[in-house]
Amino acid sequence: MNAKSDLPQGTLDLLILKIVALGPVHGYAIAQRLQQVSRDVVQVPQGSLYPALHRLENRGLLAADWKETETGREAKFYRLTRKGRAQLETEAASWQRLTEAVGLILEMSEGGAE
Amino acid sequence: MTWWQRLWRRKQMEEQLEKELRFHIEQHAADLTARGVDPVEARRQARLALGGPEQVKEQCRDARGTRWLEDLWQDFRYALRTLRQRPGFAAVALLTLALGSGATTVMFTVINGVLLKPLPYPAPDRLVKVEEQTKAIIDYRWGDRWAFSYPNFLDCASEVHSLDWAAGRYGGGTVSGSGEPEYVDGFEISSGLFSVLGVKPLLGRAFSREEDKPGAEPVIIISHALWQRRFGGSPSAVGMPLFFEGKPYTIVGITRADFGFREVDVFTPMGQNTGRFMQLREAHPGITVWARLRPGVSLPQAQAELDVVGRRLEAQYPKSNAGRGFIAERLRPDVGNVRSTLWLLLGAVGLVLLIACVNVASLLLARAISRERELAMRVALGAGRGRLARQCLTESVVLALSGCALGILLAAIGIRPFVALWPGSLPRAEEVQLDWRVLAFALAVSLASGLLFGLAPALRAPARELEQALRAGARTIAGRSRRLHSAFVISEIALAVVLLISAGMLGRTLLRLSSLDPGVNVRNVLTTRMALSPGVIRDTARIRAAWGDVLDRARRVPGVESIAMVDTVPMREGNNQLGYWTAPPEPPRMKKPLALANSVTPDYLKVMGIPLRRGRFFDEHDRVGSEPVAVVDEVMAQRVFGGEDPVGKRMWTDLAPEPLRIVGVVGHVRYWGLAGDDQAHVRDQFYYPFAQVPDSYLRRWSELMSIAVRTSIAPLSVVEPLRHDLRGAGGDQVLYQVRTLEQLASRTLARQRFLLVLFGVFAGLALLLACIGIYGVLAYLTSQRVPEIGVRMALGASAGEVMRMVLRQSLGMIFLGVGAGTAAALAAGSMLVRLVEGVRSTEPITFALMISVLVAAALFASFLPARRASRVDPVKALRQE
Repeated sequence: MNAKSDLPQGTLDLLILKIVALGPVHGYAIAQRLQQVSRDVVQVPQGSLYPALHRLENRGLLAADWKETETGREAKFYRLTRKGRAQLETEAASWQRLTEAVGLILEMSEGGAE
Repeated sequence: MTWWQRLWRRKQMEEQLEKELRFHIEQHAADLTARGVDPVEARRQARLALGGPEQVKEQCRDARGTRWLEDLWQDFRYALRTLRQRPGFAAVALLTLALGSGATTVMFTVINGVLLKPLPYPAPDRLVKVEEQTKAIIDYRWGDRWAFSYPNFLDCASEVHSLDWAAGRYGGGTVSGSGEPEYVDGFEISSGLFSVLGVKPLLGRAFSREEDKPGAEPVIIISHALWQRRFGGSPSAVGMPLFFEGKPYTIVGITRADFGFREVDVFTPMGQNTGRFMQLREAHPGITVWARLRPGVSLPQAQAELDVVGRRLEAQYPKSNAGRGFIAERLRPDVGNVRSTLWLLLGAVGLVLLIACVNVASLLLARAISRERELAMRVALGAGRGRLARQCLTESVVLALSGCALGILLAAIGIRPFVALWPGSLPRAEEVQLDWRVLAFALAVSLASGLLFGLAPALRAPARELEQALRAGARTIAGRSRRLHSAFVISEIALAVVLLISAGMLGRTLLRLSSLDPGVNVRNVLTTRMALSPGVIRDTARIRAAWGDVLDRARRVPGVESIAMVDTVPMREGNNQLGYWTAPPEPPRMKKPLALANSVTPDYLKVMGIPLRRGRFFDEHDRVGSEPVAVVDEVMAQRVFGGEDPVGKRMWTDLAPEPLRIVGVVGHVRYWGLAGDDQAHVRDQFYYPFAQVPDSYLRRWSELMSIAVRTSIAPLSVVEPLRHDLRGAGGDQVLYQVRTLEQLASRTLARQRFLLVLFGVFAGLALLLACIGIYGVLAYLTSQRVPEIGVRMALGASAGEVMRMVLRQSLGMIFLGVGAGTAAALAAGSMLVRLVEGVRSTEPITFALMISVLVAAALFASFLPARRASRVDPVKALRQE
């Protein structure tokens, strides 16, 4: 259980945007993919996935259409809007910068801190 | 989707949300089943993984961003539902609010129409009024403002180019030809009046510049009312002849019904008046001047140009214009002393509304307290405190808005009767209508009052000690609200005290004023203005003969005991004040005392019933050529001559260079009305014979004279015979403004009476509401104390003791309320003294009387709950625990 991490604030939106960027996808598939891609490290509480999707849709970063799945059932498919793509790029870039910086700090030798 | 679409398609959104979540769970379960999990177990796990579907939905709704609106809608429906559940409460609250806001809206509608609305002309902010202004105050009757002389107006109009000019002068005369002769109010106007005001006649045209000159074709514009009266509204009236003052005019125009000069029936060109005084720059009768700023000109620019012209005229005509300039100010509606009356009434009505709000607040609070456990439960279940407060407020605002709607309805029905009730004629009455300003006001007032009375319950809503609230019965909670409830009752009583004492002051004033001696015997006296035949007034000898004839004929009318002519009738406002002095040399203008000067015929004392104190009154020997005489009143005799006998002394007046011989002293008469006389600046009075009015003034005086008749029968029954017998040889002499002296006397108190009636109604309403409030609060508080009372009685308290306990509680509140109210009433009283003629500073007896009325009523209201408390059955009460 401890191997699973809680997501830092704000990263859930970024992850959703990234997954939706790969192509129209419904909510359940997003949850599945998050779990698979992160090799089960990132466990998104499914209850907070849908409010996040609705929030992103409300902000105009995602759009949604009702379409049929391969199994012939109707599902709500989310896709990225132009605004969403721009947001994804800026957020991904700033995430990159942040992790690099955090990494640099963590790599400091113990003695060097003196 | 836009936010309103989302709101609109709420149902669809809810379905889609449901569908999306169901899809998720089913898909998850299917995956698990594929991995070999039992289908039932798979569904359970899937549902667990998602979390409670209702909570997820709730969070999704939050994420939509239209949450507050949805909540509002929900609260609104909830509020309607709860109000419907308790129709009694809703009816009382709504009725209270409807009365309060209806009365306030009526008052504001009047204020809006009379005081706030701009003038009914296009671009009213470009209109100015121009007056002559002297650098020093040279006469304390008029201050430094003077009416224009006609030559000054003509010079300004031709030289000041930043303004378009118009002028007018009130007059009047007899209209004859086609139909009964009648006396009408007239207005001489310059040709620019219609274009400056920016209005067109309904039919025909305004005067041209050429017609506004001496010797031009006589033309006339008539009012809509006269047109209807004499021509039946026929369009062919334009171009027809009309006799005015015996002179034929051609009708060129008809004004609109809503044209500003309501009383005026005929308009004639001012330039055609060749009267001598029109050419004078000094000692002129004065004209009123308006102007419109030309496009692009500001008021200061126009004023600068006026100053230049004023200085030039000063240099050219130093005798009349030295120290005299012109001043332009924005034109405002002339509404007389109505302003203070209206604000007073709005204030009174506002107090009633406040009481209504407090009443509803205490009702709502009691309800909020009985719901406290429910609210605490909801907080425990996760409802936000802000959310609950908002719900409470929504409820009170819904109440307030419904009250407001009813109030507007009441105002719409009540506004016309109210305007009709106004004493005399309300200025700008035709503009008193419900409009967007009134609606906005009503809405703002009711929203504010809704917030006001919803605040107390709303602030209570988030229960602080949740556990305690849940565990305790409603009874213990009520104990904490007692202070707030008492505050409500105290403020209601205080407000009611203010209104009661104001009404009491007005009532005492009216009583005192009605019992004053007017100085005349007002019973059985008829007064009427009279216009001599236009053919007569060209020649002084004929004027004197015509008046003599009028007196002779009137004396023969059955029922007439005596008759006199008089220029200033008591109780009717006149302004013929003359400077006088009793020893040469003539004092400077600012130091000269003023007296009311009245020219009368010998029978005046007999008609009016004025007592003769000394000497004699006039007789037929006092005429032009004999020694000029005067009779003074006792106030003037006392003030000027002190202990000496004034009979035989001489006095000089502004009217003529020769002195007058004082031949008698008579009683003082309240010419300025019952209320106004004590406060009038001019209290000295003297009389001189009409027969001695110099020829040069005779024509002007004849336009001003009234006749007064003492009758042995009901005075109004001699009107028709008089009218008939005084028509004169030409059949064109008319009576107008016919009134009995009693009507005139009662009219001088109309304002006080009107205020008293309304304040009385408001005070009664306030008293009633306050009593309902006290009753409601006490009944509520005692019902919460039933178990405690039960314990007390079980421990041996008697019914009387319990009753005294409740009454003591109510007396405490009454006492505090009366204290606060008395302080406020002192302030309100000093305002009444300032604003209403005849009100004296607050008398202790009024206070005592009104406060005892209130205390009695309040005790009566608390008596019922107290008695109910004393009949509590201790056994039952304890079992209730």
